[in-house]
Amino acid sequence: MDSFLGLDALMLARIQFGFTVSFHFIFPSISIGLASYLAVLNAMWLWTKDETYLNVFNYWLKIFAISFAMGVVSGIVMSYQFGTNWSGFSDKAGPVVGPLMAYEVLTAFFLEAGFLGIMLFGRRKVGPGLHMFATAMVAVGTAISATWILSVNSWMQTPQGFGVNEVGQFIPEDWWAIVFTPSFPYRLAHTLTAAYLTTAFIVGGVGAWHLLKGRSHNPGVVRMFSMAMWMIAVTAPLQVMLGHEHGLNTLEYQPAKISAMEGHFESHEDGAPLILFGLPDQEAGEVRYALEIPHLSSVIFGKGWNGALAGLDVVPDELEPPVAVVFWSFRVMVGLGMLMVLAGLWGLWARWRGNLGATPMLWRLMVAMGPSGLVAVIAGWITTEVGRQPYVVYGELLTADAVSPLGAGAVGWSLVAFIVIYFAVFGAGVVYILRHMLTPPTPKERGPNAEPGPTRSAGITPQQQMSNRDPKATEITTDATGGTRA
Amino acid sequence: MMIDLTTAWALLLAFAVFVYVVLDGFDLGLGILYPFFPEKRDRDLMMNTVAPVWDGNETWLVLGGGGLFAAFPLAYAVILPATYPLIIAMLLGLIFRGVAFEFRWKARRPITRWIWDAAFIGGSTVAAMAQGMTLGALLQGIEVEGRAYAGGWWDWLTPFTLLCGAAVVAGYALLGACWLNIKVEGKIQERARNMARIAGVLTVIGIVAVSAATPFLETAYFERWLSWPGILEVAIVPVLVGALTLWLAWALTHARGPDWLPMMIALALFALCFVGLGLSMWPWVIPPTITLQDAAAPESSQMFMFVGAVVLVPIILAYTAYAYWVFRGKLDPDEGYH
Repeated sequence: MDSFLGLDALMLARIQFGFTVSFHFIFPSISIGLASYLAVLNAMWLWTKDETYLNVFNYWLKIFAISFAMGVVSGIVMSYQFGTNWSGFSDKAGPVVGPLMAYEVLTAFFLEAGFLGIMLFGRRKVGPGLHMFATAMVAVGTAISATWILSVNSWMQTPQGFGVNEVGQFIPEDWWAIVFTPSFPYRLAHTLTAAYLTTAFIVGGVGAWHLLKGRSHNPGVVRMFSMAMWMIAVTAPLQVMLGHEHGLNTLEYQPAKISAMEGHFESHEDGAPLILFGLPDQEAGEVRYALEIPHLSSVIFGKGWNGALAGLDVVPDELEPPVAVVFWSFRVMVGLGMLMVLAGLWGLWARWRGNLGATPMLWRLMVAMGPSGLVAVIAGWITTEVGRQPYVVYGELLTADAVSPLGAGAVGWSLVAFIVIYFAVFGAGVVYILRHMLTPPTPKERGPNAEPGPTRSAGITPQQQMSNRDPKATEITTDATGGTRA
Repeated sequence: MMIDLTTAWALLLAFAVFVYVVLDGFDLGLGILYPFFPEKRDRDLMMNTVAPVWDGNETWLVLGGGGLFAAFPLAYAVILPATYPLIIAMLLGLIFRGVAFEFRWKARRPITRWIWDAAFIGGSTVAAMAQGMTLGALLQGIEVEGRAYAGGWWDWLTPFTLLCGAAVVAGYALLGACWLNIKVEGKIQERARNMARIAGVLTVIGIVAVSAATPFLETAYFERWLSWPGILEVAIVPVLVGALTLWLAWALTHARGPDWLPMMIALALFALCFVGLGLSMWPWVIPPTITLQDAAAPESSQMFMFVGAVVLVPIILAYTAYAYWVFRGKLDPDEGYH
């Protein structure tokens, strides 16, 4: 059989998709949260005229610009990969998921891209009101984008509202049912909250780093750390609740995935135990060295102390998802989630005691947990995507029937190219982001480097000239325009 | 004539691809022209002319791909595997080009800036070449069996596809040079006009060569372009190309007409190429086997999207135009560099 390094074309295509989508999703989960954070900062600046907000805005705007660019270019790869590597899926599911993605482009991508330039470079050119509007549009665009693509993913998890035509294509019958599948509201809420939480930990981690470096007199540092801790205190517990609800929904519509997450190879008639840790052995159909709490799994899923919970024994072997991957990725996500709640509570406690600005242990935890949101997000996606296997459209289309008729060599070499280039290019981007994070925000923090502008009077309206005469406004517009390449 | 939904989608996608070629054409063209502007100051300025808009420009490519996926899923599922290495090369090229917009400014040492300059040049050139070759591979025909690609792995690599790739590289360079002619002044504008002349000549040679070769790829093309009396109708396309070529030559050599004039003429040339392409391929989406109707998504899919597209595309065009309006005018090389 045609293979590349011992892997067949299907496995290579799956690895390629998993690799490129995991890499890609790091950037949107930062952009979604950061775009909203920036909109809040800018609004607070306009409302309170407290320059600290503007400085923090300009500080994170530069990180946003780099992250957004990496999200865009890695996202274009995704939009073409459905065709290059998954032509079976494209042909069959295109009539259903294609229009949803087209709507994502039309309602979100253009909105983000169209207003990004103004958000990054246009504060002085369009004035504060329109600049605020552009910033808000970018934030709204990221959320709309997430909504459509999660609608697509949710349809693939819990498909409905379609028929099948004579050549085997899924034919849309009820668009409302397709867009709003049973898992969609849960997935949307869980993913968006994850993005906000991820961003809060990044912002909080950067703030904590500078606090540890003795910069507690820098108002920007204190402001970002405090805002992040509030955000974590609210969203971390919320996220645990949303995740629980999402789990209940999955039990109803994709029970095999839950069995894999829980490590339940056997059905339990009178109370299923919660397996904390263990080594799942799929061939033997058991979790070895399992550390378990009796009955707790049934209780968590609302079945009561002795409630019955089905295991993978009710699923034919060839339709079981790979248990070990799902089992572990789920535990990584949940474990980090619990730590996040702890961090949020600690932050509240420290604030209540009035020493949020003097708790080095909390700061250290926050620095260590800076990237925790990203890890949790990837672990969560691995759980839900691998848990859907062996289907690409759950119960309807097998992944093996979705792949393109490509040679293993073609997929293998392109995979090698993606891996090498992603690590080189996005690695450089991450270095640039970290380098910026290691410098604290300054009292006169400037916006992104290049502010292209006309030499002639074209862009300057009398109104702007008026506002430029206000000494404070002049000072601020100078801030927002200059470059970092001093 | 009543236009059916499938035809409307074909026209809408053609429009999206054309807007992409127009907008990202000059972005990519700047990358292609970068080697001829070796000074950092000039390069900074060139990049800044498109920094606020390149992302929006590239989005039209996503609409083109996403729209094809949605409205003609079979075509999407056949063309992309058939041109697999080209698509991968284009995507990787666009990655290098796209990140260069951000990373170039972060480079502290000359060597890293050199790397991102090279990424900008290489990424833009490879993406343009791959787009042209993909077009050529489609035009020369794709082997299909059932509902899947059935050709070999090197079918996309022929003298004709290489010719198409080179023509697109030249064409984008022309657009890039014409864009610079609008956005900058002084010596760099003079050099841009020089580059536009050279790229213009190469573009026209490319157009003529591709046009001359196309009728011999498929008998249907031959009949459409060279059989009597249809030739009388289609001949208007080459005649107009000739007239525009002369006008472009005049605008770039003689007159001190408005700075936007060469760009407009170049765009008209691209539009004519598009019309010519459409005349060749109609009614196929994948010559010579799959027609637009064969590949069309069911009416419920096309209608669901069409409603949104009719409302949203004009709105998108409006705020895109606004973004260009905000950043209009000549760029000052000294602004924003300190």
